Amino acid sequence: MTIAVLVPILKFLAAWILLLSFALLAQRRLLSLTHLLAWQGGTLALSTALVAVLTGDGLLWVSAGLTLLLKALLIPAILHRLLRRLQVRGDVEMTLNATSTQLLGIVVVVFAFALASPLAGSLPVATHGMLGIALASFLIAFLMMITRRKAVSQVVGFLAMDNAVFFAATSATLGMPLIVELGVALDALIGLVIFGVFFFHIRENFESLDLHWLERLREDQ
Amino acid sequence: MILVGLLAWVVLGIPVLALWGDGKRGRRLFILIQVGVFLLAVALAERYLDLGTLTAFGAELRVDVLSLILILLNSVVGLMTAWFSASYWHTEVQRHDFGVARQRLYHAMFQSFLATMLLALLSNNLGILWVALEGATLSTVLLVSLQRSGESLEAAWKYFILCGVGLAMALFGTVLLYFAAQPVLGSGAQALLWSSLHQQAWRLNGTAMAIAFVFILVGYGTKMGLAPLNNWLPDAHAAGPSTVSAALSGLLLNVALYAVLRFKSLADAALGGDFAAHLLMGFGLLSLLLASLSMLRQHDVKRLFAYSSAEHMGLTTFAFGLGGPVATFAGILHLVGHSLAKSSVFFSVGRATQEARSRELADLRGFLNRRPVLGWSILLSVLAILGMPPGSLFLSEFLILTVSLEKAWITTPLLLLGLGMAFAAIFRALLPLLYGEGGGPCSALPLRGLTPVFLQLSLVLLMGIAIPYPLDPWMQAVAGVLS
Repeated sequence: MTIAVLVPILKFLAAWILLLSFALLAQRRLLSLTHLLAWQGGTLALSTALVAVLTGDGLLWVSAGLTLLLKALLIPAILHRLLRRLQVRGDVEMTLNATSTQLLGIVVVVFAFALASPLAGSLPVATHGMLGIALASFLIAFLMMITRRKAVSQVVGFLAMDNAVFFAATSATLGMPLIVELGVALDALIGLVIFGVFFFHIRENFESLDLHWLERLREDQ
Repeated sequence: MILVGLLAWVVLGIPVLALWGDGKRGRRLFILIQVGVFLLAVALAERYLDLGTLTAFGAELRVDVLSLILILLNSVVGLMTAWFSASYWHTEVQRHDFGVARQRLYHAMFQSFLATMLLALLSNNLGILWVALEGATLSTVLLVSLQRSGESLEAAWKYFILCGVGLAMALFGTVLLYFAAQPVLGSGAQALLWSSLHQQAWRLNGTAMAIAFVFILVGYGTKMGLAPLNNWLPDAHAAGPSTVSAALSGLLLNVALYAVLRFKSLADAALGGDFAAHLLMGFGLLSLLLASLSMLRQHDVKRLFAYSSAEHMGLTTFAFGLGGPVATFAGILHLVGHSLAKSSVFFSVGRATQEARSRELADLRGFLNRRPVLGWSILLSVLAILGMPPGSLFLSEFLILTVSLEKAWITTPLLLLGLGMAFAAIFRALLPLLYGEGGGPCSALPLRGLTPVFLQLSLVLLMGIAIPYPLDPWMQAVAGVLS
């Protein structure tokens, strides 16, 4: 009974994560990007909890709690605070216009599903298609990093990539060994602190968080 | 026991240096810790001679012949870097007026860089291997941006983002591997232990392993300086202190390659074909050619030698792609020789840039006349990196070319072209560096810091003439581990 109820919910959450990836790709305002990231983190925590119920694996609850704490609350909050304190305003500058980016995103999704489809056969019913969604979100986040200029939006893209990997780890493989997850979470946190320190230095030096200033190191200088 | 001891020692070094890593005290403590690491690594090697493969913590830590060679190499180059760092860092502190906090940051981050690399080599768990490599990246980011100038921040940012993306890909690859391993080994830590995976590798899902390996190769390849995602490498090498460039080139690139090799042996068994080998050969050759082409355009001495690292890593990757006992032996020999020679190059060139206060080749001239000892150390280390006989790089490059003629003759001209371009680029820069007239003013710094260069070069020379026991049988055994 529970499986019949929970599996559709899990699939719905997976679709929601993919949708949020597209929203991240389209969103131009920096503050809204951090909100979307928090939503994605929250969805991730919820789907991890669902998998924990489905499999009855107690350790996955730890993982779900960790995800909620780090990815839904702490990391977006730190980013949000950073943006406030640095008083970064304005829109994200894109190297490609919004329509073409979205179209590219769709191409990426098709590619990801084509790549993952031969693997679906070996998956349990509950996680059919999850790997494709994880791969698609990963590649969309990658696309976002390529098409954005501002340092902050690149970090958001990076964290979205991280979310996609976590989604693959929880939903497609039903949880990585805990020690690995702890290590990954620790690295993510340290990484974010370093990002934060970095922002201040970059701003001090260039008086802007636009990566445009960071393009002096070129080959033919 | 000794595995745990070694790990505990390097990890304990981090807080020690964070607390007391300033001034003369800090420089001495840093050397002292590396001496300890070296002694423990030698003890580990001795234990390995008696007992063979060592494990600890329920096989979470494991040392076989491949990791042992790299641990020994890391401990030697780490010790020499600390030794060179004593005089180099002293000058940097005076030049840039670094405060106590900055000095502690430098030593503590350097130590955490060395410690995480050691963890990567000791760990049998492929997930922990990833965590350790990410840790190594995070520690070096702060080292590269140490000067806080526009240039170093830009380089560190590029390094951070590109390697971050690369490592995210590698993590995805690791997740896919776990996904493939679960039906065979069940869920739990067992399914990520390399040793248990290796035994059952032929049962892993082929498609999943193929996709996983591509992710791993592109991901860790970024870290290793493989094309196309390697343009962080010259910037990070140029902007960071020369000790950091030496450790990046001499150690970190090896550890990333080590990670790829661990996955390759699994992918080979799962796929049963040449898929992974061909990918390694292709990426290796591409990096070799692109890096040597870029070398021809460089006018910054550290960028030149950073591209040379990418070139050598490409060649080594190609050698491991060729596979078989001879090419694998040549690959590991090249890896060891390159680490020793390239860190020597960065030590001597780093000292030269300090004396001339410039990294431009146009400003660095005539060192053989003006500063004979420094000039000789530049000359000898550059000759070693060029693969001149009787250095060990000559032997390994010769072996790689021979095997390539036999197994994939079509690649041999391309290899020769790449090596030729790299040779031309470095040689063209070397002559004015040694004999050129003019150049800017030059401050005479004490030269005792250059002893590590000559020690490391004599090791390169020794390995070129006769590889000492027990290194020789160990290097030959690597092919067995990787098959």
